[in-house]
This record gives sequence, structure tokens and C-alpha cells, in this order.
Amino acid sequence: MRKAMRVAAAGATLALTTIGLVACSSTSSSPGGGSSSGTKIDSSQYGPITVVQGKDNNGTLPLLKAMWDKAYPKTPVTFKQQSDQADQQLQDDLLHFQQKSSDYDVISSDVVWTQQLASNQYLQPLTGAYKLDQSAIVPAVLATSMYHNVQYAAPQATDSQILYYRKDLLGSKPVPTTFAELFADCSIAKAKNIGCYTGQFAKYEGLTVNFSEAVNSAGGTVVDASGKPTLNTPQAKQGLQTLVTAFKNGDIPADAITFQEEQGRAAFESGKYLFYTNWPYAYSLTQNDPTSFAKKKPSALGIAGFPGKSSLGGHNWAISNYSKHKGTALQFLKWFQSPAVQKFAIEKSSAAPVLSSLYSDSTLTGKYKYLPTLKASLDNAVARPATPYYQAVTTAIQNNAYAALKGSKTVDAALSDMSTAITQAANGG
Amino acid sequence: MTTADPTTAIATSPGDGRRPGRDSLDANRRREVRNAYLLLLPTIVVMAVVVGYPIILSVFNSFQADSHIDPNTGFAVTGGFVGLENYTHWLLQQCATATGTHVACASGTLAASFWNSVFVTFFFAVVTVVLETIFGLWMAIIMNRNFRGRGILRAAVLVPWAIPTAVTAKLWYFIFANGGIANTILNANIIWGSDLWASRFAIVIADTWKTTPFMALLILAGLQLIPEDVYEAARMDGATTVQQFFRITLPLLRPALVVAILFRTLDALRMYDLPQILTGGGGGRGDATTTLSILVVDQVKSGLNSASALSTITFIIIFVVAFIFIRLLGANITGSEKKARKVAKEV
Repeated sequence: MRKAMRVAAAGATLALTTIGLVACSSTSSSPGGGSSSGTKIDSSQYGPITVVQGKDNNGTLPLLKAMWDKAYPKTPVTFKQQSDQADQQLQDDLLHFQQKSSDYDVISSDVVWTQQLASNQYLQPLTGAYKLDQSAIVPAVLATSMYHNVQYAAPQATDSQILYYRKDLLGSKPVPTTFAELFADCSIAKAKNIGCYTGQFAKYEGLTVNFSEAVNSAGGTVVDASGKPTLNTPQAKQGLQTLVTAFKNGDIPADAITFQEEQGRAAFESGKYLFYTNWPYAYSLTQNDPTSFAKKKPSALGIAGFPGKSSLGGHNWAISNYSKHKGTALQFLKWFQSPAVQKFAIEKSSAAPVLSSLYSDSTLTGKYKYLPTLKASLDNAVARPATPYYQAVTTAIQNNAYAALKGSKTVDAALSDMSTAITQAANGG
Repeated sequence: MTTADPTTAIATSPGDGRRPGRDSLDANRRREVRNAYLLLLPTIVVMAVVVGYPIILSVFNSFQADSHIDPNTGFAVTGGFVGLENYTHWLLQQCATATGTHVACASGTLAASFWNSVFVTFFFAVVTVVLETIFGLWMAIIMNRNFRGRGILRAAVLVPWAIPTAVTAKLWYFIFANGGIANTILNANIIWGSDLWASRFAIVIADTWKTTPFMALLILAGLQLIPEDVYEAARMDGATTVQQFFRITLPLLRPALVVAILFRTLDALRMYDLPQILTGGGGGRGDATTTLSILVVDQVKSGLNSASALSTITFIIIFVVAFIFIRLLGANITGSEKKARKVAKEV
């Protein structure tokens, strides 16, 4: 018996690690207090704040801090950078919320997290004394900050995909404005023996973005306003079918199934593609990379509005419900949406502004030639499903879309499985 | 206390004042045991806090439902006790419907890939451990010979093991890239990151490359315990090299080999970082290289209690494998002398 115990103990020790992993991330999520919705914010709610966001790749945070501290010298801001991985950023935010920590006053929420954070009452609703005037914000962008008709976050920066193409190869042909037109031009790519089109088709968040774009561009929708799947339509079917057919006939080369943003960019820059859709961040990189065709021949690179309806990216600033300085936090939200700061953000970190007016601001459009292109895409852009169960929903979309693209599932089966899986995700998976 | 009379001290704690030689053996042993536990107490407390508590919490959570949204307020409410529902969710792929009944989980949900993940996990464990044992044994035998440059060889063999797994994974990621070295050498156009079996074998190759040195070292340690005179005697009796290997080396190596295989198997069953970085758990229909640990981490994102159930299941699976190993193959990692003697007698 003792030997058996000892054997058991040894086995247990060796096998332990997996279980500890989950337990460490701890549990429980109860609403926090202090969400006063009166008309005036108590003066105790003003003080220094900590603002948290992902890795600062462009080195803008020290400059932003200087700007803020000059405007609000009594309540200085501390910026905290998280990792450059979205998953890890969310994990870090959740840990702080679950601890009811007042360390984070304002967090930068990816547009697809806002609903999950709001449903757990981690965020201060922007009502009553916290109400913001949002009339200047691009409407589709504003929608990503809403949950149950209440605004929970203030749009910080937005994003939409645009079309990159080879001007030199397309020649005098018109730039495609739909996927049908785009694939009709594939004969040009075939003649040059290069790939016709790629987006992001690896199994990750980018696939959800690209699948939604295909469905929305064909006139369908992924989910309705209440979050119920709407994939059982001819339009949705046509959307996915377009991608599946393109993979089958080689218009999208087979290795594109492994592409995230950066692999696609590398392939396009090396001259292997005629068309490619990506976020605007790639524009200056493609122009300046030493290995890019556009470095040698700038006139060969063209950009245009997304050929259909792009998915919406970007971030929203949200006030933590556990913050001790919500008054200052609110000032920060307003300050960041001011034209001066939004202009600064596009100049220093190519973050697309959330204010409609800036897209036609001649001082900006002269310098940033892609802004009107981006605005054209933004006007048509559609948000990804807004649901507190986003993680499970995006898993359902990715797995089934991937299976369909690989040809191991029919389009009908993939969409029907996806619908059921999205519904089940909303029931708690 | 400083003024205490030595005679009262003796009276209150009998035994302390007596000479050790007059103690009965029993009392002596009791005191030894008590002291042993006292010395172990700090360790036990630390283990209880850092290992015991998380496990108990995790198992407790696995019987709680994940929070769900109240459709009227839109706010999350805690799930409460659900019994074994989280376990049937994974083992039988039962998903809740809006009305509270249960139906089969749709393909594409995490639960639907549970058995696939079990298969993938065991496939990786069996194939990599077999390959690593064969290559490890071969490398160890070479390293055990006396020749010039043995030190350099031993150091060189260790290199893959010394590289962090994440770096190894990135390294092989570039080798297996679409236009990478692997495809160039094979003169093929294999999409390693996406094909069903190519992606699996990409993992197997990378893992074997990385952990064979570990196997080789453990086996080498075993080899060095085999006295040279046994071989000498065998040669005197006219045993061939092959006979020496199967009649002497392998049987005498068995205790070391079994421990090495056990360690590697348990490690392989927990495999996470290599497939996560190399293929993102993808390939095939999207889950060709999703091990149980990857599935657990994926589930953590959308529901912690359900993830607790899955990690408990994973724990039990690995535990059972470890248990079977120790019972059947006689891996002597518990320090049992009787078992060691038995194994020694057998060989």
C-alpha cells in the first residue's frame, strides 16, 4: 500500500504542471462598485493616472506624456506598455480587473474585446457625468464601443484594410472595386507566372477578419444585431465560395493558407503577387523595405480602397471600474479624441484617426496619400461580431473557414457548422 | 525561562535528561520520525501553497459553470455548481443550448477537437519518444567510446538541448517555411505549416532534434555504470558485438533507459511550446497539431472553469500513463530499494 502511495505521489508530481497552469490564472468576476452615474464627478476622482496599452513600436508614448503633462500638470499620466501580442494584452488586463486592481486607470481595448469587458462590468459606462459628445466620430467606429446601447469606451484609433496592387502590371486596366472584378484580372498574374491575390488565411484572428470581409463584401452578414448567426444565406455562401474557388483554381496560391500579415507582405514585396489586402501599416514598409519591388520602382506600387467591405480594426480607450481617478481618466479620453492629439497620432504612429473631419484635412491628405483611400474603405467597413463571447465565436469562425479553404469541408457544411458553433458559443460554449 | 531549575526541566520532558544509550529503540525512532517531519514541515507548507492549493482550486472550479450573460441586463452572472457538466462537455462533446438542454457540440468548437487532441498528444509522445530512444542510444554508445575529441563531441551533442524550445521552434519554423531550406533540399513544394501529416512530422522532427541529446545523456550515464570487465569476460567467452549489445548492454541499461523513457514520455504528453510556435496548433483541418495543452490554453481565453475541467482531464491522463509506466516497467524513481534489488536480480 505504501509503495502504491509512493508510486502515485511520484506520478502526480511528474504530471502536475498542466493543471497548475489554469489554476494560476484564478477566477471570479464580480462587479466592482463606485460607478456613480450622477451628473457631477467628485473632486476626489482627479489625480495621477496610469494608461495601459500594447507595445509602443513607434516611440510615441514619451511625446504623448509630455503633451499631457503640459496640459494637465497636476495630474500627470504614466504610460504602461504591455506585450505586442493581443492575447497577452487581454490576459494582462483581465488579471488586473479580476484582482479589482486600481493600478490601471485607462486601458486600450481592442475593438473586439470591449463587449467582453463591459459584460463583466470591468468598465465605467460612459453615461451621466461621464457622457461624451461623440458626434464627430466615424459612426462605424463608434459602434465598436457600444454594448447593450451603452457606450463603454472612447474610440482611440481605427483601422480598415486596403488593397495593394502592382500598378505596373495592371497597366491601364481599372482598379478592381469588387472581388469579382479582382479575380477577373487574374489572367494578368497568370501571364506573369505570379500569384493573383492573397490576404490573411492562416488560422488566427486574421482569418476571421478575411472571412468576414468575404461574406460582407458579397452582401451577407456573419451575425445580426443581437449576435445570432446569419450565415444561412446565399450571400454568405457566395462570399465563402469565392475564397474557396480562388484557392482551388490557384488564384490564391496554396501557400497563402499559412499567411499572416507579415508573410503576405513579404510575398507581395518580393513581387510574387498582383493583389493583396492588408492594413495601412504596410504601406510605408512596402515603400521602404530594401527587398521590396517598390523600393526600386516606386511607381509600381498602387493602393486603393478595399474591394468590398473591409473588417474594422483599431482600439478604444476604456476607463477601469476600479480606477480611483475616473475624473482624470475621462479627461484623458476627451483629450485623446481632440483633433490635435489625433493628428499627432497619425503623424507619429500611423494610427488612423477616429474623427471624420481629419480625412479631408488638406494638411494631412497632402502628407499621407493613403488617407482618402483609407476613408473610402472605412465608410464601407463592417465590425466583426460584437459579442461578449468573442473568443469562442472567433474560434468557431476560424476552424470552419479554415477547413473550407483547405477543401476538407464543403462550403455548406462549414457555414452550417459555423452557425451552430456560434450559437453554442453564445450559450457558454 | 532563564531561571528554570534543571530538575524541573527533566521532570516536564522525560527522556531528555537520560543518557542516549539507555533509550529504548522505539522511543529513539519516534523522536527521529518526529524530527524528520519537523524538518520537512517548511517544504510541506510551501508545497501545499504553491502546488496543493492551485490544484484543489482548479478541481473545485471544474465543477462550476462558466459565467453567462443575463440577456436582460447584458451583464455576466456566475455559473454556480454544475456537477460533471464541464467534464461531459469535453469527454462527450455536449454543448448547452439556449433552453438548457444539451446537444452535440458543432464541429469547429474547441470541445469538438478534444479526442483529436488526445490522439495528437499521444501520437507525438509515442513517435518522438521511440525516435529519441533509438537515436539517443546510438549517440550515447558513440559518446561512451574512448577516442580523441570525445569532449568536443559530447559538447556538440548537447547544443540542441541547450537552446530554449521557443528558439528551436522559430528555427525550424524558418527551415520549414514555404521557400525554406527543407523544401529546397527536398526539391519539393510541401506546405509544412498546413498539410495534415507534413505539419505533424515537422513537429516530430523538431522535437526529436531537440530532445535526443537529453535521452543520450541519461543513457550515457547508465552506460558508464556498466563495468568494463563484464565485456571483457564476454569477449573471452567469444561473444560477438551484437550478442554483447543484446545480452549485456541492454539488460544492464534497462533501469536507466526506463527512467529516461518515462521522463520523456511525460514531458512529451505536456507538449505545448513547440507546436504552438511552429504551427500554431494548425495544419490539416486546423487542429492537426493541437495538443491537449494547446487546447487548454485556447479554452482559458473563453472560459476558465471549463478549462479547469480540461486540465484536470489532462492531468488524469498523464497521471495514469505515469502510473502504468512505474508499475509495469518498473521505473525506479520512487527510491524503493526492494524494487531496485528486484530489477538488479532480474538482470
